[in-house]
Amino acid sequence: MKATEREIPKLAVQEASKVYHTASGDLPALDRCSFDVAANEVVSIVGPSGCGKTTLLWSMSGLHGLSAGSVALDGKPITGPHPDIGIVFQEANLLPWRNLDANINFPFEIKGTRPDRSWVDHLLGRVGLDGFGKKYPRELSGGMQQRAAIVRALALKPSVLLMDEPFGALDSFTRDEMNRLVEEIWLDRPTTIVFITHSIEEAIFLSDRVLVLSPRPGRVAKEYRVPFPRPRSFEIMATKEVFDLTNAIKLEIVGGRVAKARAAAPAAAEGALP
Amino acid sequence: MSQGDAIPEFGKGKAGEGGEVSLTNLSAFSGGPGIKSGAEILAIVAVAAVIIGGGEFLLRWFQVPEYILPPPSKIAWALFDEFPFIAPHLGYTLVELLSGFAIGSVVGLLMAAVITQFPFAEKIVAPYILLLVTTPMLALVPLLILRFGFGYTPRIIAVALAAGPMVMINAATGFRRVDSAKIALARSYGASTLQIFWKIRAPMALPMILVGLMIGAIFGLLTAVGAEMVGGGFGLGNRLTSYSSMIQMPQFFAVVLLLSVLGILIYVIFFLIGKKWASWEA
Repeated sequence: MKATEREIPKLAVQEASKVYHTASGDLPALDRCSFDVAANEVVSIVGPSGCGKTTLLWSMSGLHGLSAGSVALDGKPITGPHPDIGIVFQEANLLPWRNLDANINFPFEIKGTRPDRSWVDHLLGRVGLDGFGKKYPRELSGGMQQRAAIVRALALKPSVLLMDEPFGALDSFTRDEMNRLVEEIWLDRPTTIVFITHSIEEAIFLSDRVLVLSPRPGRVAKEYRVPFPRPRSFEIMATKEVFDLTNAIKLEIVGGRVAKARAAAPAAAEGALP
Repeated sequence: MSQGDAIPEFGKGKAGEGGEVSLTNLSAFSGGPGIKSGAEILAIVAVAAVIIGGGEFLLRWFQVPEYILPPPSKIAWALFDEFPFIAPHLGYTLVELLSGFAIGSVVGLLMAAVITQFPFAEKIVAPYILLLVTTPMLALVPLLILRFGFGYTPRIIAVALAAGPMVMINAATGFRRVDSAKIALARSYGASTLQIFWKIRAPMALPMILVGLMIGAIFGLLTAVGAEMVGGGFGLGNRLTSYSSMIQMPQFFAVVLLLSVLGILIYVIFFLIGKKWASWEA
């Protein structure tokens, strides 16, 4: 890595904090969360549910403001939705009253531009959806819907792709297939990807680095490098290295939870976990 | 923007997929794979024949007087025989219904779109909306006639007053069905508030808007006929009072039949529109 690239990372999250003001009081979701993502790096963020993963991703996308701290893209702070950032949402989030073509066209309609037809066709072929343009979302399986959503996000050729538990609702076989697809797409056109997931296996398969967030309020508790070369096969996933890494991450997440429980109720926790 | 700061939650059942809109729930329209089989058609025709024929037979067998309930054949004949005379009245009623409904639904839709954009304003006007929805606008007709005379004006106003609130309350329900993920999607591409309204909120509200229009049209028909019965020398409602006062019951029921057909027509029209434009929800 060159020195200049080290100075300005693709994405820089600095001391990001977010407090939700709810009726029942303030709810801190993120607490001084900091990390960098290099250009074309794939980083997964895992953590116990409710640790602020989605909040973090929404802040990185500019959809949310932060209570304190900043997110910078190419060194410039993000203050709102940015054309260089694509988002793949939880579930596919397609518009059910539009067919696939119209769904993929949606971002261009908003921006008042025309899609690069050959690029879109290339993407559709890549994800195996050519010929499905006139189909409505309800006519497609969950996996196909999510593939369409990926095409929609990539159609604008973003340099950063933020993925918010995109495959959480899919069965494990479809999920494996989608993971392989994400890798293929990445190999096809390298992109900076931040991937939020509940699945440690998915995180390891896809990422260069896995960040573990602490329980709410979330901050980066630990990071793990995933050293395997690409393309990665599912055979790699069965090796001892992956097994050890998976366990280490799992222990880190569970450990954080236990520590939080102890801090919240020291007496009871000591009784239960001497 | 306040909605941007809501805690994003997707697990809790999305607002857009409640499955509450029941425009297409009548199995006579939506059941089965479209085309009915021969046996089904036969059964439908047979049941209709038994009901109509049986009615005819029973009314004649028990010699029920015509001024209580005329047999179906006499009603059908009266409709045919009297139609040239009834037709203009049908036209008057349609003019009142269509113009009142058009005014009422445009105002209702606009108000629904505006109040749902400003939750604070909605809280203030909510009691008045409830008042408008629950008050039978027919009650105002004598007053309207006093002010505007016996012409079209009081009737069109009454129809608009009856249809508008129904359209508004249903459309407002539709506009409130906010799916934060879809709005976030639009915002992530830099959509303006207006774009979010036209490309996300309006299509999401469309099924409920159609339900509102249908209910509004049926309330409008009700009010038009009611208003015609109160005063003025024309319209299907006027025919009802006139025929009943002269104990011309076959003619009276012929008009009732026409009104039923109008009501069913309203239902079918909105059902077909819903099927064409809002079928993604079914």
